[in-house]
Amino acid sequence: MRVPLSWLAEFIPVPIPVEQLADRLTFAGLEVSTIHRIGVAGSDLPWDLARIVVGQIQEVSPHPNADRLVLATVTYGPDRSKTVVTGAPNLPIGSRGQKVVLALEGAQLWDASSSTPATLTLKGRKVRGVYSDAMVCSERELGLSEDHEGILLLDDSAPVGAPAAEVLGDIVLEVEILANMARCLSIIGVAREVAALTGGTVRVPPPTMADTGAPVGQAIQLVIADPALSARYTATVLRGVTIGPSPEWVRRRLRLAGIRPINNVVDVTNYVMLEWGQPLHAFDYDVLVRRARGLPRIEVRPAHAGETITTLDGTVRSLTPERLLITDTAGPIAVAGVMGGAETEVTDATTNVLLESANFHFVSIRKTTQALKLPSEASARFGRGVPAALALPAAVRATALMQQLAGGEIAQGVADCYPAPQVPPVITLRGPDLERILGMPVPQADAVRILRALDFRCEEQGDDQIRVEVPAHRLDVGEGIVGVHDLAEEVARVIGYDRIPVTEMADTLPPQRDNVAVDREELARDLLVTAGLQEIITYRLTTPEREAALIPGNTEVPSYIQLANPISADRTVMRRTLRAGLLDVLAQNARLRERLAFFEIGPVYLLGADLLPDEPRRLAIGLAGRMSPPSWAEPEGTTTDFYALKGLVEGLLAGLHVPAPVFDPEEDPTFVPGRTARVSVAGRSVGIFGEVHPQVRKSFDLPLPAFVAELELEQVLSLVPVSYAVQAVPRFPPVLEDIALVVDDAVPAAAVMEAIRAAGGPLLAAVRLFDLYRGNQLSPGKKSLAFSLQFQAPDRTLTDQDVEGEKRRILGAVERALGARLRG
Amino acid sequence: MTTLSESLDALAKTAQADVASAADLAALEAVRIRYLGRKGSLAAVLRGLGDLSSAERPAAGKLANDIKRALEAALDVRQTELEAAVQAAVLARERLDVTMPGRPLPMGRLHPSTRILRRICQIWADMGFQVYRSRDIETDEMNFELLNIPAYHPARDMWDTFYTTTDGVLLRTHTSPGQIRVMRERCPEPIRVILPGMCYRYEQITARSEIQFHQVEGLAVGRHITMTDLKGTLISFAHRMFGPERQVRFRASHFPFTEPSAEMDVECMLCGGAGCGVCKHSGWLEILGCGMVHPRVLQNGGYDPAQFSGFAFGMGPERITMLYHRIEDIRYFWANDLRFLEQF
Repeated sequence: MRVPLSWLAEFIPVPIPVEQLADRLTFAGLEVSTIHRIGVAGSDLPWDLARIVVGQIQEVSPHPNADRLVLATVTYGPDRSKTVVTGAPNLPIGSRGQKVVLALEGAQLWDASSSTPATLTLKGRKVRGVYSDAMVCSERELGLSEDHEGILLLDDSAPVGAPAAEVLGDIVLEVEILANMARCLSIIGVAREVAALTGGTVRVPPPTMADTGAPVGQAIQLVIADPALSARYTATVLRGVTIGPSPEWVRRRLRLAGIRPINNVVDVTNYVMLEWGQPLHAFDYDVLVRRARGLPRIEVRPAHAGETITTLDGTVRSLTPERLLITDTAGPIAVAGVMGGAETEVTDATTNVLLESANFHFVSIRKTTQALKLPSEASARFGRGVPAALALPAAVRATALMQQLAGGEIAQGVADCYPAPQVPPVITLRGPDLERILGMPVPQADAVRILRALDFRCEEQGDDQIRVEVPAHRLDVGEGIVGVHDLAEEVARVIGYDRIPVTEMADTLPPQRDNVAVDREELARDLLVTAGLQEIITYRLTTPEREAALIPGNTEVPSYIQLANPISADRTVMRRTLRAGLLDVLAQNARLRERLAFFEIGPVYLLGADLLPDEPRRLAIGLAGRMSPPSWAEPEGTTTDFYALKGLVEGLLAGLHVPAPVFDPEEDPTFVPGRTARVSVAGRSVGIFGEVHPQVRKSFDLPLPAFVAELELEQVLSLVPVSYAVQAVPRFPPVLEDIALVVDDAVPAAAVMEAIRAAGGPLLAAVRLFDLYRGNQLSPGKKSLAFSLQFQAPDRTLTDQDVEGEKRRILGAVERALGARLRG
Repeated sequence: MTTLSESLDALAKTAQADVASAADLAALEAVRIRYLGRKGSLAAVLRGLGDLSSAERPAAGKLANDIKRALEAALDVRQTELEAAVQAAVLARERLDVTMPGRPLPMGRLHPSTRILRRICQIWADMGFQVYRSRDIETDEMNFELLNIPAYHPARDMWDTFYTTTDGVLLRTHTSPGQIRVMRERCPEPIRVILPGMCYRYEQITARSEIQFHQVEGLAVGRHITMTDLKGTLISFAHRMFGPERQVRFRASHFPFTEPSAEMDVECMLCGGAGCGVCKHSGWLEILGCGMVHPRVLQNGGYDPAQFSGFAFGMGPERITMLYHRIEDIRYFWANDLRFLEQF
């Protein structure tokens, strides 16, 4: 909402500097985003008070040397006049008396011939042989608009010789209107706020009109089909208007407020809408009479299926019963509150006008605005709710102003169809209520003063209670306890939030709960970061195609949470896996870094039987490239591999103290067969990892081998023990014994380890695989696994015989179980 | 006797001179052998002891031993000197160029959003607000209706929403539905929770707007929670988050689920309030929205608004990170380019 200060000042004196006013409004919930200054001090080009003044044309005569130019004599004070050369088409030869803006030598103006904003300083010069040291200005030269067709003609009331800045200069506040402040989509609405904030009083004289014509009831009949959709419809009729341009002050204010002037009748509808917040529409009354072949009967009703209307913009619109229409007996004449029809629009030929000032339900307007894609100043207001009470005063004000600008006779009275008048809420506001919400006592007198300044009618009922009647122009204040909160906000924001004291919460502390899931997840993050992984966060939106690329050859599409209104083709569903996002990140960074090591923690979205999906949190790890960052000290480096990834999974689980994870070979189309493992704990699978299949890598443009794990994080974290015992540090030295066992290639290392452990007994403290050998020294199909066995007793130093016995038992057991032989 | 002691003296002199002039360990060893070896000069001289009378022999023996001990000491000293010289020479040869870069660490890092979320949640945890996580995919009812935002209400314009193909199911536009969920779960207990989470908005992805972003929302509900508490609590947070000397201000605002509603600005930490590009020369940064929980929302959570009150607030951690680090483009957060991530 753009609020010209000169307009605001008609309703409320502004006793403080504009910057202060802007601050007060901003702090009270009306954010002033910009202060525009036009012509006055502080604007981009302040108008020189002495050199840019109001002048009056005395004479317009031909230029002796140029057909397209004229000489105009302009007075700008007693005995002060200038002759100027101009080519303005709106100063015809022989005309006189027009008020203009005269610029004298030395004045700074905008250069109207420059395509980019530039200023010039006026100098005396000969134009086709006639010397002139002054000029009459166009709107563009003053920076008022782009208009440079003719010169700016002022209203007759402009005092000759006065600085233009005093007549035309202005300051416009650009105010952001929040949803609960729709009442401030009007000058009067803002004026009420200013009054409450500055302690002033709004002056809004009740509108009156000289309705000397025949009763309006003889000119129009009104019907509302459904008061839930249209609470009120009022109309006035003005006969004998002369369509023409509005006076300069109307056009100027409309322009300052951001609306293009059209003609006096249409301008009035916009002017009064800006002033009161009530959208209005003018119909050509004679067209209505012609269509009705008699007394027009206007009905507000939902469209019939298949009805069409050609709107003002020339578009033929098909209508559905969801669209609310203004109709007459011949059919639609306007889309209610959104746009008028072309046929009944006011034209230059219009002489009789029917002015609509009506009320429509905001939901209907919003639906229609969205469906027809027709946002407008009117629908913006209706769409946020306009009080039905506004219709009548706005109708009167607009009709009177229309008569003032366009002449004519006003039919007597306002046709008013208002089947179910809105009753504003009445709220009982008790002192303790305010204190309970705000935390500070508000003296009753202060509350009453503030609310009255905002037009609430207050009746004090004793020392501790106010009966508050909500003014009819407020729709944002509710009933009962909601209304109490609404009033608390009114009181607080007028007092100023910065004047509300500061306290520490004294309320009971809630029962404290352990946040195990969150704490353990953060622990997992720390472990992974410590292990050298970079955390990533990817889009949780993806496409089925992207995830299908993880499963080469698969055509089955699982059920996704699918967007009804995706904003781009690559974000259409919620992800079901973290793998795709991770592979994308690996691929993107592959060109940038030689070592890639990432993890992501976040939910996937799995549709089940319920309305809302499961959102299990998962953990994904991705590795590619070097094990360590490139360095001169290690120019070749080693490349990461399956076992690096497995080490991370093992390390994470160990760090979380998840007991006894088991790793088994697994098949999964994302991964290379034979290089894929499933990790299970207590018989339950908690994740899968492996080397990414070359075909998958290709789909993701990943140029180098990559290794990816995806774990069910919530399941993993649920296995974290609440506490675990720590063993005493042994007091006696361990005995280390290395053995190399030759087994069939197919025997898993884990089976050998398990057999060793099982046979080892209590003295075997640790088993570590330290070497794997396949080759010439062994028969084909065999491998050698070398283990370091650590024997330890808690109460003594072990002897060679102790260890020898243990070792023999272990060797015997692995030979029986797996055919393992000690390598010679 | 004289002859023997004289020759011992002479031997001692030449031996000391030879020790002093031994240039390296090998030469020194040769000196040692020459004088102290079994066939060495000292031994040769001592063989003459037998020719002496028994009266002369002790004195001559002592002299010989003294000389031997002095010579051994001198050899040791020289040995140490020469060894040190050898070591110094080796170390000099093995001198490193200390200006060569160190071996780079395979550093892991948290994502910047996690870092800021942790910091925010930690501060609130210290103030007794526990994390409450709630789901991303929500019902229209939870995300809007129960938060006092009915269908087609003008306030809905504040949220451009991703709807799913299932009627009434959407991607949450804010973490606020968690307010309803936690209230329904905990009612009638008092509540102090912080709700971090990913939110979604139907927006073109640009340097300034994203389709997904984190939000951290806070909620306190109890029998005696007031707007002065809201101010006090949020100022405490701001002082920990942005510095104890930072000015904080509150402006009236509007959110459908709070009444009264406010917006909290913090003095720009980059320019100290003097005005800069980041704060658009206002000296202030908009940090969070807040307000007293709307009575309808309390009701929808199961609390009687005549008995209970509460405050709520919400902030954008990515926005705060952007302000802190002068990041101009929000798209960096989910692009996961290491050139960005490695800077944290």
